[in-house]
Formats: sequence, structure tokens, C-alpha cells
Amino acid sequence: MNRLKYVLKDKVAALSLSIIAVTTVAGVFAPFIAPHDPEEVNMELQFAASSWEYLLGNDHLGRCMLSRLIYGIRPSMLWVFAALVLSVTIGSIVGFLAGYFRGKTDAFLMRVCDVMLSFPGYVMTLAVIGILGVGFENILLAFVLMKWAWFARIIRTSVMQYAESEYVKFSKAIGASHLKIMISHIIPVALPDIAVIASSSFGSMILQISGFSFLGLGIQAPQAEWGMMLNEAREVMFSRPELMLAPGLTIVIIVSAINYLADTLQVALDPQLMTSKNKQLGFETTSIAKLEGKGVA
Amino acid sequence: MLSVDCIEKSYKKGGLFSKKKEQVLKNISFECKRGECLGIIGESGSGKSTLGRLLLGIEKPDRGTIFFEGKSVGNRRVRMGNISAVFQDYTSSINPFYTVEEAILEPLHMKKELLGGVQSKIDQVLCQVGLNPSYRKKYPHELSGGEAQRVCIARAVSTEPKCILFDEAISSLDGSVQIQVLELLKNLRKLYDMGYIFITHDIQAAAYICDRVMIIRNGEIEEIVKVEHLKDVQSAYSKKLLQMIIA
Repeated sequence: MNRLKYVLKDKVAALSLSIIAVTTVAGVFAPFIAPHDPEEVNMELQFAASSWEYLLGNDHLGRCMLSRLIYGIRPSMLWVFAALVLSVTIGSIVGFLAGYFRGKTDAFLMRVCDVMLSFPGYVMTLAVIGILGVGFENILLAFVLMKWAWFARIIRTSVMQYAESEYVKFSKAIGASHLKIMISHIIPVALPDIAVIASSSFGSMILQISGFSFLGLGIQAPQAEWGMMLNEAREVMFSRPELMLAPGLTIVIIVSAINYLADTLQVALDPQLMTSKNKQLGFETTSIAKLEGKGVA
Repeated sequence: MLSVDCIEKSYKKGGLFSKKKEQVLKNISFECKRGECLGIIGESGSGKSTLGRLLLGIEKPDRGTIFFEGKSVGNRRVRMGNISAVFQDYTSSINPFYTVEEAILEPLHMKKELLGGVQSKIDQVLCQVGLNPSYRKKYPHELSGGEAQRVCIARAVSTEPKCILFDEAISSLDGSVQIQVLELLKNLRKLYDMGYIFITHDIQAAAYICDRVMIIRNGEIEEIVKVEHLKDVQSAYSKKLLQMIIA
């Protein structure tokens, strides 16, 4: 909770965090928030301009743009996040084992990672789609398969650095078990690194998913997704640019917000920020505030 | 108490498929009695820190055995509560996310039986190393080098182990603080009747605190002498080493 305060102190970070939080909530509760059914076709309203009923106007089938944007949060952001969490988890487990135990475990796991990393990412994703068929789940699966090795490599390097430190040596010397050392010393210290690399690749994953949907390889037609909305608006790019701007800007705003947040996380999670003085100061100011409150009363 | 018998250690040199090995320790045997302070002196790269890691059971020797009261130190249950350590680099000796209190609690929590409360024990050891109990809530980056090293010593003595290993523990401190810490270690030793293994390249510090001194060179024991007889060492290397200090 203390950490959250540091994030919120930075205005850009606070803004980014609130954008992400609001978007997530909107995505989770899409059926309650969206004003219309995102798949309801209404040909009379084809390319209608924005009105009070349809705030962002209607697309080529007369569907509500705002509702489609809100429903689009689910695949574009929430499912990407799930895929990210899964691949970071796999990557962390491999990275921890390799970085902590070193030696033969490390050599074996890293060679496996090297093999995984030697496939070009986009081509492998296309290959997975080619084998399993076009579909959103398959792209997510391909993402998890391709990304974990990259996370594993980075996490391994950071774990290795902490596993060498003297406090880990001390824990080993006094007879702590490997599991206990990992839980109490390495995970908390490596967590900021993991959070930063995960959040910075979150943005690029959103872009990639939207990219694949733009190409028509991701989510299928009636469902809403930001990349696909961009693709659908392409034909009327010059006559009705706002149809393209809405999903385009949403992607840009969300990805920038995530990137800004990733930046500030790095600073906010730095242990050097934790000071006993700060705690005491906080205590003092609240007690002073209380005293003043009493005076006023 | 601690008996080392014919240990050898070598490290792999080069890459994955390289067969080259560099021998760091050769045929080392010695014994450290209960409550004794044994100094291990040698130049950089003589293998003294490697020997320290082996004694702590962090690494295993290629050959030979290290027994603590008849049981192998490789077993972590043997070390638990009996052996402790203080390292050179005070900046990374304490987990940056831990307060002083949490750092000292770590070994205390591992020791099952404990006389009196844990909290009073923390205050007690902090007092013994000359720190105010108000330090409990501080984080390691808020401590100076000497203070951090004192916290490490407090953490090491908190479980009242039978043996503490100091790996260059005072080398990174400045002169006046070194003397304070040495004085502190001497007093603590009397208080708890602990044995020290004192790894250092500083002969003066070793002579000040140790009962016996082991001089190590290129991974081999050159000589083990009592501190009182330090002046009349036999081997040429030890003589040279001593002369450099006197000169």
C-alpha cells in the first residue's frame, strides 16, 4: 500500500493508473456499462454521426461504436493480460530455477529458451494460427508459447544477481531451505524487475493482438475488438475518419498509459524509497492533524 | 568442534564443454576447538574465501570432509543455530526490503527453542553491539557502513551460535571503526563463549583477536601458529609476509 502512494505522487502515473483501472472495470462490467448491444445491426443508422443515443456514432452496419469499444476491452486488454500473466508465471518459474540453482539446471533450461527464442515471434504466431486455425484463443496460445522464454531469460539474470548477494549467502549459512530463501529473499526483491518487464511488454502485446485482428487472423467477425474495428473502418478512412480515430486513439491511450505506468513502477518499487523517517513523518503529520482537528472542535 | 579433513576444491574454467579446472584448495586439514578464535590469513586469491564458503556448507568440497561436532556441515540441520556468518560487503548483507528488526528476526525464527521473548532479545543484541533500539525500524540503506556491519554482527550472535565465521568482515570499514568492531567482537566472545573463524588479509587485526593463526598460500596451508609465537614462524613465505607488515 505504501508503494501505491509513491505511484500516485507522480501525476502522470496517477493518471495512467486511473485510465487503466477505469478501462479494466469498464471491460469487466461491459454488459452493464455499454449503452447498446455491440452486435445489434441497425442498417438505418449506417455511418450515422454521433448523437445523444449513440455517443460515438455508428459503423458500417449501424452498430453502436461506443458499445463496441467497451466490449472490445475484453479481448484487447483483459485476455491479453491473462495471457501475459500466464507467460510471466511460466517464465518466472523457469527463470527462478535456472538463476537460483545455476549449473546444469541453468545450462539445460537456457538452451531450451535459446531454441524457443530462435524462432521469429510473428512467424511462429502465424504458424500456430496456420496449424490450429484462425481464432483469438490460438493467438493467445501462440503468445504464451513464444513469450515465456523471453521472460525466463530476463528473470533468470535478475534472480542470478540476487542469489549471489550476501544476505542469501547468510540465509544459506544459517541453514535456511532453498524454498524459504526463494520466498523470503528472492521473490520480493525480484518482483519489481518482473513487474516492470511484464508491464512494458503488456503494451506491445496489446498492439500485436490488435495487429493480428486488423489482419483478420484474430477474433472473428461479429465480435468487437479494437484492431478489427480499425480494419472495418479502413474503407471509409477519408470520408468518416472518426470511425478509425475512436479505436485508434483508444489503443494509443491505453498503451501509453501502460508504458508510463511501467516507467514509474520502476521508481516506486525501489526499496531505497522506504525510509523509517517517512513513516515517522507520516505518523507525526497525522497526529498533528488530529490535534488541530481537536483544536477546531 | 570443527574438524576439516583433507579437503580439495576446484572450479571449472572456461565454457560449457571445457574440461579445464583450476584447483583452489589443496589438501587442507585443520581443527578448530570450542571457543577458539582461528585466524585465516592469506593474500587475495589464496582461496581463503572459498574455504570460508566450504566451512559454511554453502558449497561442497570435491574431496574430504568437514565435520561440525561429528556431523557434516553440508547438512543444513547441523548448521541451523550452530553456525553463523558475517560477510565483507555490508551493503548487500541485509535484504534491502527488510528492516533491521526483520533482519535479526530471520535467524531467531529458525531456531525453535528460545529463552525469553523474541522482542527483548532483539533489543538485547542491538544494545550489545552498541546500537540504540530505535534502529529497529530502519532500512539498510539508512545505515552507515559501521552500523550495517554491527547489525550483521547482532544478527549473527542473536541465536548464540557455537561458531561464527567472519569473511573479511572488518576489511571494508575504516580504521577507527575497525578497532571498535574488534573490541566488540572480543567482548561478545567472552560473553557467549563462541568460537570465531576470522578470515582476513590483515595480520594486525588477526593478531589482535585470534588465538591461533593459519597462513594460507595458493590453496595450501603454509603454517598454523599460536599468536604468541607469531614472531618465530618457520616457513619463508610467512616470514616474508610478517616482515612486510613490520617494515
